[in-house]
Amino acid sequence: MDILKIIFSINTFTAAIRLVVPIALAAVGGAFSERAGVINIGLEGMILIGAFAAAVGSFFSGSAYLGVLAALGAGVVLGLIFSFFTVDLEADHVVAGVGINILALGFTTWLMQVIWGQKGASPSVSGLARIRIPILADIPIVGELFGCHSPLVYLMFIIVISGWYLMFKTPLGLRIRFTGEHPEAADTLGINIRFIKYFSVTLSSVLAALGGSYLSLGHLNWFSSNMSAGRGYMALAANIFGQWNPLGGFAASMLFAFTDAVQMRLQGMNLNIASEFIQMLPYVLTVVVLAGAVIKSRPPAALGNHYKSNK
Amino acid sequence: MFAVEMKNISKSFGSVKANDQIDFAVKKGEIHCLLGENGAGKSTLMKILFGLYSKDQGQIRINDKTVKISNPAAAIDKKMGMIHQHFMLVDRFSITENIIAGQEITGALGIKIDNKAAEKKVKEISGNFGFDLNPKALIENISVGEQQRVEILKALYRNAEILILDEPTAVLTPQETEELFKIMRSLTADNKTIIFITHKLKETMEIADRITILRDGKKIDTVNKDETTPQKLANLMVGRNVLLDVEKKEKKSTGEIFRLEKVNYKNPLSGLKLKNINISFKKGEIVGLAGVEGNGQLELEETIAGFRSVDSGKLYFDSQDITELSTRKRRDMGLAHIPSDRNKRGLVGNFSLAKNILLGSEWNQQFKNRFAINFNYLNDYTEKILNEYDIRYSKKNSTASELSGGNQQKLIIGRELSRASDFVLAAQPTRGVDIGAIEFIHKQLIKMREEDNAIFLISAELDELLNLSDRLLVIYEGAIVAQGKVEEFNEEKLGLLMAGHSEEEV
Amino acid sequence: MSFNKTTKDIIYSIAAIVLALIVGAILIKVSGNSITEAYYYLFYGAFGSTYNIAQTLLKTIPLIFAGLAVAVGFQSGLFNIGGEGQLYWGAFATALVAITFTNLPSIILIPLALAVGAVAGALWAAVPGILRAKTGAHEVITTIMFNYIGILLTTFLLKNYFKEDGPVDQTRKIAEQAKLPEIVANTRLSWALFIAIIVVIIIYYLLNYTSYGYDLQLVGENIDAAEYSGVNSDKVIINAMLLSGGIAGLTGSTMVLGVLHRFITNFSPGYGFTGIAVAVLGQNKPLGVLLAAFLFGILEAGGMSMQLFAKIPADLMTIVQGLVILFAAAPSLFKILKNKSLVFRGGN
Repeated sequence: MDILKIIFSINTFTAAIRLVVPIALAAVGGAFSERAGVINIGLEGMILIGAFAAAVGSFFSGSAYLGVLAALGAGVVLGLIFSFFTVDLEADHVVAGVGINILALGFTTWLMQVIWGQKGASPSVSGLARIRIPILADIPIVGELFGCHSPLVYLMFIIVISGWYLMFKTPLGLRIRFTGEHPEAADTLGINIRFIKYFSVTLSSVLAALGGSYLSLGHLNWFSSNMSAGRGYMALAANIFGQWNPLGGFAASMLFAFTDAVQMRLQGMNLNIASEFIQMLPYVLTVVVLAGAVIKSRPPAALGNHYKSNK
Repeated sequence: MFAVEMKNISKSFGSVKANDQIDFAVKKGEIHCLLGENGAGKSTLMKILFGLYSKDQGQIRINDKTVKISNPAAAIDKKMGMIHQHFMLVDRFSITENIIAGQEITGALGIKIDNKAAEKKVKEISGNFGFDLNPKALIENISVGEQQRVEILKALYRNAEILILDEPTAVLTPQETEELFKIMRSLTADNKTIIFITHKLKETMEIADRITILRDGKKIDTVNKDETTPQKLANLMVGRNVLLDVEKKEKKSTGEIFRLEKVNYKNPLSGLKLKNINISFKKGEIVGLAGVEGNGQLELEETIAGFRSVDSGKLYFDSQDITELSTRKRRDMGLAHIPSDRNKRGLVGNFSLAKNILLGSEWNQQFKNRFAINFNYLNDYTEKILNEYDIRYSKKNSTASELSGGNQQKLIIGRELSRASDFVLAAQPTRGVDIGAIEFIHKQLIKMREEDNAIFLISAELDELLNLSDRLLVIYEGAIVAQGKVEEFNEEKLGLLMAGHSEEEV
Repeated sequence: MSFNKTTKDIIYSIAAIVLALIVGAILIKVSGNSITEAYYYLFYGAFGSTYNIAQTLLKTIPLIFAGLAVAVGFQSGLFNIGGEGQLYWGAFATALVAITFTNLPSIILIPLALAVGAVAGALWAAVPGILRAKTGAHEVITTIMFNYIGILLTTFLLKNYFKEDGPVDQTRKIAEQAKLPEIVANTRLSWALFIAIIVVIIIYYLLNYTSYGYDLQLVGENIDAAEYSGVNSDKVIINAMLLSGGIAGLTGSTMVLGVLHRFITNFSPGYGFTGIAVAVLGQNKPLGVLLAAFLFGILEAGGMSMQLFAKIPADLMTIVQGLVILFAAAPSLFKILKNKSLVFRGGN
């Protein structure tokens, strides 16, 4: 029972709120991309590139904030590349996404050796300091949970909510959803589906990269090889579980983050369970979630479709 | 004055010339029918007008001004609206969302969509023209006729003065078609211009003011309705004298070969129920099924084929109970199936013609050399069918997707009718096929009948049903509402039965 | 001018790899190295001596299996990204047989060990396959998850039950008779090469000449037409995953019997993922996979040489792999380039 107390303590939840940042941001991004009809398996690679760019940016400028900016820039570039291949060149979304992931892994590992001569991890870089929000931090429980976090955490909350608003309450959101349901119909209504897809995919890449920057600047303050560790795939599962809705995606991501937090705490304790099983938890959870969620889910009708304005 | 003038329009897709120097002019306030067979180029021409396709050459004038229409937004800007053959609607969105997307009404700051204002506007426009729709209803919950009205509303919401309707009556009953015609007349009374794409002669004669006939991508002629007849139009469409009816001899049907007994089935997705279906099929007999699409024909087709299992009731094939039998075994027993959706079910686009001929028979010893597929035999067999059915292809190892729609259909029909079969399930066998091929396919079906096969003909074309069937059934909301010898029916009676009127009323 | 599809496929694939190598060259230049030096060592490393050629072939073997596994999956419409986990299970199971049944003669022990490895890989792929067939859970994500889980599980089993005493996480050596005979002395290049080629031929025949293969391709191309034909798609999908997983398992099995002669944790440099690039470049056809695997074998062997002598990180080759996948997945890229070059020459 002691274990349960430790597992479900406030500390674990607070840790989960920190761990959720890359997953939730990528999940929101995934929601936009898929609502516009483009499957984005490449989120994993985009998180990784974001983490790397942030570390490089912070390393060379000395400022963590410039590092975050660098991550955003990398996200834009990668998003445009992926859009080009999937939208203009009509590459299979899943294959192109897998290509992006392998490319990202190779690119970051290669460039890391070119810049720092090391293969496992980069040297330390300036990270993002936590902010303590007065008044909020003093409220019992709520204060502990939300009162003192890296600015990216607060930014994440803002993005989740504005993402939901954008998607369901604005004209742009309606057009994005229309494009993913019936691109031909959107075309006949005069909606510029190429722009919509480019926008949505690039947004997903930027958000994933932003989430990645948290890994190298907020969570730790260095970049280590392949540090995304499957979070991009968890984000995909979270998005499906959350029914392609930013709010739902966030909730589902919290599930993964919580499991991750629990896994870390268990590792710190001397239990009889082998560490491998503890490490497996988030991955097993992903499979369970997917198997359960997909039966009742209703993805955008034209997801994966390559319809282009016929010219 | 001309609302629309298209001069010298040409458009090619690869080596196919879809539009060949076409001149087309529509007067303001008229209903102008664009008539031609499938593949004549009508849709292409109108998609160029609406900005969905780009033209290779030619000029377009709207209201006497030369214009450039590079995308649908530009067409909408010029007050044009297009109602497509396959509806451009999102099932899970509301009527309002489908209408306003792309031209949303926003609140004060311009950020949020003002749903209330939008719904009000939708109700207002529909009231003006006599529609009655609930703006909040979801598309997946309204009828096909209502969906079409939503499509028209989309155009009117954007202040369309010129409306292009692409084969709108394909999915309507004769009665719903009359309602559509009423709406069209009230629109032209308001001085709106209507271009009506069709291949149906009777409708053209009823609704058109003027008619332009296209054939093989070229414009043949433009005539006034008063100066022409259906026979004249048919000849212009095809370029020779057309046999509008097929010859059918008297035949005595022999024993029963297939039977559905007290079949009940509920479609879990749509909720449509097949109710207490009892049909008997005899050798040497063509049984036709009339009905508006969506009344259970697909479910019936798929139950007979074995894709779906019945909830209760039995199916018998050659006196054997096949209710639980798989599709493969039914085919082995002698079921031939011409599917209603040829692209989805009947062909594999990326497979060669020969591999498509093998579809459904890939485990038959006839095509095998013990363990392996005998491609030599298959290729010869395929060649025979290609010749017999006059299927046009560009090279020996073409894929099925490289054939035209009509040739694809002939490939499927050639494949199915060449099998050793006793029962032919023919669903929409001439959909999307030009008149020449239709003639041929009808002859083949009659031939099957001569050879003592039983044929179940499911079709949306009343002429075809009245022409070919020995007996006729009508389906409405999943139930067989009428059965009888073909002589007991005519188009008007069928139309009423298809719309749900009971036999006594009719 | 119209080529037949196979010629087109080959041209696209060659163009993809050439384009990827060009980008690679740009990266080499940008990072301050000499392109000529880099590519010299690349080709020297691949072909410069008998030993080097043997190394190239050695690196090709696992890629043949890994690429074939992915290709078989693709042909039936499945993305089996789980090759990594499946090959670990194949390796582990094969090693267990080879260290346990030390009394059996080669003629029985080797086929047995390989068969068990294939079955292990197949079973590990079965779960994602069943989930896909029954719940529609996308196999890309589930197989990737199973990679992590599979590696963790085999590591756990090794460490706790089969570990040889000492600092390294490995089993003891396999029986002498379980080792695959070498083709070229002192190179570890073994009969695994022949086994790989035979498997390719078998799969080629299976896919293109049997009813089973026809149905597999049918499910991949048009699942509704498969239903029309009377195919039980669920069964075909699960079978395809089993077949794919079994081939992936052999990747690990042949590594154990031919090269490692034991099971070691983390022995795979990512064969499962490279296999994806091989399959895509090979247009998902068995013979294409054979050629593409050889090409990547050249890159891997040459890449090591490049790193050793020209100080260029071998991860550059991973970048090339990723680019190959992107380029090979987008044939329209080459249509655009072709049109642009025509415009350049003032063609119509």
